[in-house]
Amino acid sequence: MSAVLSVEGLRVQFDHPLGAVHAVDDVSFTLDANERLGLAGESGSGKSTMALAILRMIRPPGRITGGRVTLDGTELSALDHEAMRRLRLAGIAMVPQGSMNSLNPVMRIRDQLADAFRDHGVALSAPELHARVAELLRTVGLRPDVADLYPHELSGGMKQRACIAIAICLRPKVIIADEPTSALDVVVQRQVMETLARVQRDLGCAIILVGHDMGLMAQFVDRLGVMYAGRLVEVAPIAEIITTPRHPYTQALISSLPSLAARGTMQGIPGLAPLLRDLPSGCAFHPRCPRAEDRCRSEKPAVRTLAPSHQAACHFA
Amino acid sequence: MRGLIRYFRRNLSLLVGSSLLLLLVVFVVTGHFVVDVEDARALSVRPLQPPSWRYPFGTDRQGRDLLAVMVAGTPLTLRIGFIAGILGVAIGTVLAFAAAYYRGWADTIIRGIADIGLTVPGLLVLIIIAVGIRGGLSVNQMALVVASLAWLNPTRTIRAQVLSLRERGYVEIARMSGMSGPAIIFFELMPNLLPYLAATLVNAVSSAILASIGLEVLGLGPIDAPTLGMTLYWVNFNAAMINGWWWWWLAPTVIIVLVFLGLFFVTVGLDEYANPRLRKSA
Amino acid sequence: MRMIDIVRRCGVFAVIVLLAASLNFFLPKLSGQDPVRTKLLQQAALGGYVHQGIDDMVKLYEKRFGLDRPLWEQYFNYLGDVARLDFNYSIANYPRTVAEMITEAIPWTIGLLSMTTLLSFVIGTLLGALLAWPRAPRWMAWLMPPLWALHAIPFFLLGLILMYLLAFQVPLLPIFGGYSVGVQPALSLAFVLDVVRHATLPALSIILVSIGGWALGMRGMMVTTMGEDYVVFAEGKGLRSLTIFLRYCLRNAILPQITALALALGQILSGAVLVEVIFGYPGIGTLLFQAIRENDHFLIQGIVFTVIVALGLATLILDLVYPLLDPRITYQRS
Repeated sequence: MSAVLSVEGLRVQFDHPLGAVHAVDDVSFTLDANERLGLAGESGSGKSTMALAILRMIRPPGRITGGRVTLDGTELSALDHEAMRRLRLAGIAMVPQGSMNSLNPVMRIRDQLADAFRDHGVALSAPELHARVAELLRTVGLRPDVADLYPHELSGGMKQRACIAIAICLRPKVIIADEPTSALDVVVQRQVMETLARVQRDLGCAIILVGHDMGLMAQFVDRLGVMYAGRLVEVAPIAEIITTPRHPYTQALISSLPSLAARGTMQGIPGLAPLLRDLPSGCAFHPRCPRAEDRCRSEKPAVRTLAPSHQAACHFA
Repeated sequence: MRGLIRYFRRNLSLLVGSSLLLLLVVFVVTGHFVVDVEDARALSVRPLQPPSWRYPFGTDRQGRDLLAVMVAGTPLTLRIGFIAGILGVAIGTVLAFAAAYYRGWADTIIRGIADIGLTVPGLLVLIIIAVGIRGGLSVNQMALVVASLAWLNPTRTIRAQVLSLRERGYVEIARMSGMSGPAIIFFELMPNLLPYLAATLVNAVSSAILASIGLEVLGLGPIDAPTLGMTLYWVNFNAAMINGWWWWWLAPTVIIVLVFLGLFFVTVGLDEYANPRLRKSA
Repeated sequence: MRMIDIVRRCGVFAVIVLLAASLNFFLPKLSGQDPVRTKLLQQAALGGYVHQGIDDMVKLYEKRFGLDRPLWEQYFNYLGDVARLDFNYSIANYPRTVAEMITEAIPWTIGLLSMTTLLSFVIGTLLGALLAWPRAPRWMAWLMPPLWALHAIPFFLLGLILMYLLAFQVPLLPIFGGYSVGVQPALSLAFVLDVVRHATLPALSIILVSIGGWALGMRGMMVTTMGEDYVVFAEGKGLRSLTIFLRYCLRNAILPQITALALALGQILSGAVLVEVIFGYPGIGTLLFQAIRENDHFLIQGIVFTVIVALGLATLILDLVYPLLDPRITYQRS
């Protein structure tokens, strides 16, 4: 299968008076057409920053300091500002976090779809726009008359569906969904994920799902990447990573899952996620790692390919 | 001391503001040694002299030495501002705490009065009051008249601030651990509000001075006191501008501008201190 | 907006009207004597060709507000008069009525204030929005310190300075009045231009001071708004910078500015009164100044009442218009 999106050596740095912070540190992966890739990690692991970095939306004091992102043969870092803008939504669309107020409170849903069409050069007459909006809303499971409502008149789940409708309105090749179901209750969470899965199938696009809920990941994605302290520490097909995780951090994540771990031995990960400003030397995970040795304290492990589709960054993997 | 200097370097507004006010204090204090303050009365010196070595700020038409007027008048104007400002913030703080802490009908009434009072142009109400008790308003009475409306704005802003503090976790914990209402106010809320109260106070002083000068320019001030606003009243009364007596209005104008700039920058600086998150955007 | 909200806001307006009337009635009585009565008797004692009229006024005043009448009766008499917009004769300008004199002066003030408030609000708000916008030209940052400094100065003081610079030293603009002496007010182009020339300096002294306040407030709101999730998502939607700036940032950040405008009207008016006095501009402020000089209590009371009610009305209109701008205040649907 050919890669629709490839990320090579991506780095994001936040400049800070007390020293620069590397929020994303040399991350590489590829995404195949039609594939669902999960990116998991604790908060502060750089997963959301990476989602923004792919779209070149890092704001000062942050900046992208290296790496290439290629979408379908186009290298994004070479694009000028205007071309990059046009590529957002049309090429790569984002679905914002579910806990956020991502819709403009003073605009009707229809207008928030209309301005996306207009700014991407899609000229629509009023009846055409009406029909397109109605169809998009139906696709995500909303009634067409939602178009005339304001965001505060929608429930959390409805808002998130409206965001999905906006994300798919130009049939992007890649959708990046950053914790799309956070702060929604479990039933609604499920419905929103099903909607997302359905539009992904219908559209034939690839999707990157960012999140920390391993259970959700297990149900939804084809392949899972695990991030720790700004680095991608393990990537593998979902079945493989759950049965044979190779990185100690991934192992800890998996065993903290109640339904998958042995009954009665549910355990958390000891210690706290490190401060990005003050990372441990060598392997950033070594202070919390049960297998850490001297080598881990001094030498940063490189990403090694363990099986054709399985990579991990650990000296002992 | 070194910490203070270092803080001033970061908070430029506070530095500029307090320097301006300090400059005024130095001017008034040294002025008392240089000039006879009695010359601030009418008929003390030769009238309408432009600035010279003898009268650095010139003299006015009624024979006042304008340097003496400034030296005597600046503290008077500041006194009106501070009396009214302090009274206003004190009343405002009590009302705001009562309203924000106990909520219910107390809040509804206090907020209603403050909101309605603020839509009414304050100067006009003060005019009605001043006209009503006319016939020689002293400087202190002037301050009280201005103070009668000076509590409206502090009440409103402090109430909003207390409400937001009230929602924070530590107040909740204090309440659950059985602390009484007044105890929570004094031990938990007050320390967090102090810098904010200081900013509100400086702001209130500035508004009070503005209101008092307004009344004075309209001729409702203490007629025989040499305050800055009364000086401007005489400037306007004698049409000094059209007659080309530029020195007459220049001195009070410069000093009033310095007073307001100083107070304004101190307010901005205190706001920055009270709410450091603003610093980033500023 | 729900009916009940409209009724509540109109109720607040009614309270303001009643408050203004009661203020006029009770505050002068606080001093123990009735200054209106004193002044009337003085004026009657002076005599002169309007003597008969003033004598009649004293008689009428004694009948309705005399000390032998109970307070509540005086109060209701007064409220009745106010309801009919009858503010009596001007004591100093008999036989002209207070209502007549106010009607003459008020268009000048409304003209000056609406123009200056609108211009400074629009310019200041736009400027503040641009100051917060990362793509704005760099030189704009230099505008902030002078705007701040100007904002701290009272209107009329800047008026004095401008008057000296632009009317006295360099006689570009007229120094005094609402129109040239000897010109007959008429609806001709020449007269309108003359009025505009005369209004320029008073207007400038209000606008230059106000702009800084609006710019400061708007800049703060814009910084907050630009961090909102919907602005990030708008960028993710690949919208043009201009769309994001106007329809996502500015459109939301302006809402608190409008609330602030409703609150600031009173202060703006207070300041404008003094500007009128300094420039001898023939509006309400100058009329009030004359009334205070001449101790013309009926005129003072009439002006204060009219202005408070007019401002209350302006605030009411702003309140009623606000829900059209912020759909979250609209309750119809939910």
